[in-house]
Amino acid sequence: MRDVAIIAFAQSEHRRRVDDRNEVEMLMPVVGEVLASAGMTMDDVGFTCSGSTDYLAGVAFSFVMTLDGVGPWPPIQESHVEMDGAWALYEAWVKLQLGDVDTALVYCYAKSSPGDLPMVMTRQLDPYSVAPLWPDAVSLAALQTRAAIDAGRVTVEAMAEVAARSRRDAMGNPKAQLAWDRPAADLLAEPETVAPLRRHDCPPISDGVAAVVLAAADAARGRASRPAWIRGIDHRVEPMALGLRDLTDSPSTRLAAERAGLHDGPVEVAEVHAPFTSQELILRAALGLDGDTVVNPSGGALAANPMMTAGLVRIGEVARRISDGEHRRGVAHATSGPCLQQNLVCVLEGDT
Amino acid sequence: MAELTLPASIAGVEPVRSVRTPAHLDYQFTAGEATSRFLRGIAERRILGERCPVCEKVYVPPRGACPTDGVPTAEQVELPHEGTITSFCVVNVAFYGQAMEIPYVSALILLDRSDLPIMHLIQEVAADEVRVGMRVEAVWVPDDELAPTLESIRWFRPTGEADVAVDMPGEGEGTGLGSWPELSPGSGA
Repeated sequence: MRDVAIIAFAQSEHRRRVDDRNEVEMLMPVVGEVLASAGMTMDDVGFTCSGSTDYLAGVAFSFVMTLDGVGPWPPIQESHVEMDGAWALYEAWVKLQLGDVDTALVYCYAKSSPGDLPMVMTRQLDPYSVAPLWPDAVSLAALQTRAAIDAGRVTVEAMAEVAARSRRDAMGNPKAQLAWDRPAADLLAEPETVAPLRRHDCPPISDGVAAVVLAAADAARGRASRPAWIRGIDHRVEPMALGLRDLTDSPSTRLAAERAGLHDGPVEVAEVHAPFTSQELILRAALGLDGDTVVNPSGGALAANPMMTAGLVRIGEVARRISDGEHRRGVAHATSGPCLQQNLVCVLEGDT
Repeated sequence: MAELTLPASIAGVEPVRSVRTPAHLDYQFTAGEATSRFLRGIAERRILGERCPVCEKVYVPPRGACPTDGVPTAEQVELPHEGTITSFCVVNVAFYGQAMEIPYVSALILLDRSDLPIMHLIQEVAADEVRVGMRVEAVWVPDDELAPTLESIRWFRPTGEADVAVDMPGEGEGTGLGSWPELSPGSGA
């Protein structure tokens, strides 16, 4: 395997609604920032891969227009996934393993505000038996949470702790959309919105952009003083039918973590892509995280949840902390699909 | 396919052979800064392109980025209402929602001083007389019907000027249609 590292990360400030700019106009400043941070221009990029979905803004082939933001003419080596940018990063990592190119730009974006996001998300469900019922994303998370509570794996008290800690940590994150400081006990006094979920258990709806630069071996060492090396990366998927899964556990996360070598060393920091509070508890168990690991210091997806983007942001947040020297080894997790259907685990390390 | 044993209560029902699942989602589209500037211009009977600060190409309608350089196109350029047909097709097939009487012509029109053609209708000329290189001009709706939409230009019609030679934008780099970077410059022409 080739050593591949994240050498730069940038993200927009995430907002409920970006009214003035279209997707490519949102993207360009972030791509410019991440390339400048790596000391590169598009001429230095060997491969470009993006993640997004046209359903969010309701614009067919919007990713083709967004590609204009990286100057794809004359043609560049480029690909797109209809997924979170974390999977675009995975494709770029595979491309770098092939050895033809040494650098890759990965970007992703969400403009969720033009549509009704919880309804838009129903379009990813089984089109025959589930999608026609239009079960919105919050209701599905509520069903999952109820099952986890009934199974004794989650409590509303622990969920409130996750909400309070995440929004408090988000106060230190200038890119966060939702940040506040309130004790968990106060949160439980509020009414349920979609039982058993309260408002604080749910993520905000966000418009936002993120980008990462990957580089292999010497290309990484030459461009970054402390690259965040990808020591293991793996993703696994569970069945599409919700009734075929144990929604109170995340076996795909557990398997991906094993294959990525998560348990081969200490985990100092973890960024877990858990849009709902109960999902963080399910994922912590699947990842085997204990009290020694700092979890979601950025505030996680509860602080900002740009679709197709919050997963790559998790990877970028861990990479940034390793490149800063704050931590030496950490893990980033990304999820996709309904109720944690598909999960990616990326283990990152700095040089000792 | 495996044999299924149905419960007695539904044993005799007609099998499901298809399912209709209508879907409808509403969106509030954001044109973006560059396209909004363009559309506001159209409502004033002006065609505003935008120039790339690096390669100086002028794009219309502007989307906000130069696809060659990946930078914002911030400088607005007011364009003439005349241009040249660089490609066209004659529509002979009726389809649902069709607004024009067939046969009609849909064409790529390179407005003078711009570098990327717009697509619009060609009218006031027989479909079989339309040709690449033909000079055309915009026919606008009346002032009280002007709105921020390309439909404020009803169609284009011939100016009667002599045809001009057409140099398709990007021709020197391949047209992008079946052209690949390993082809030598110009071979896509």
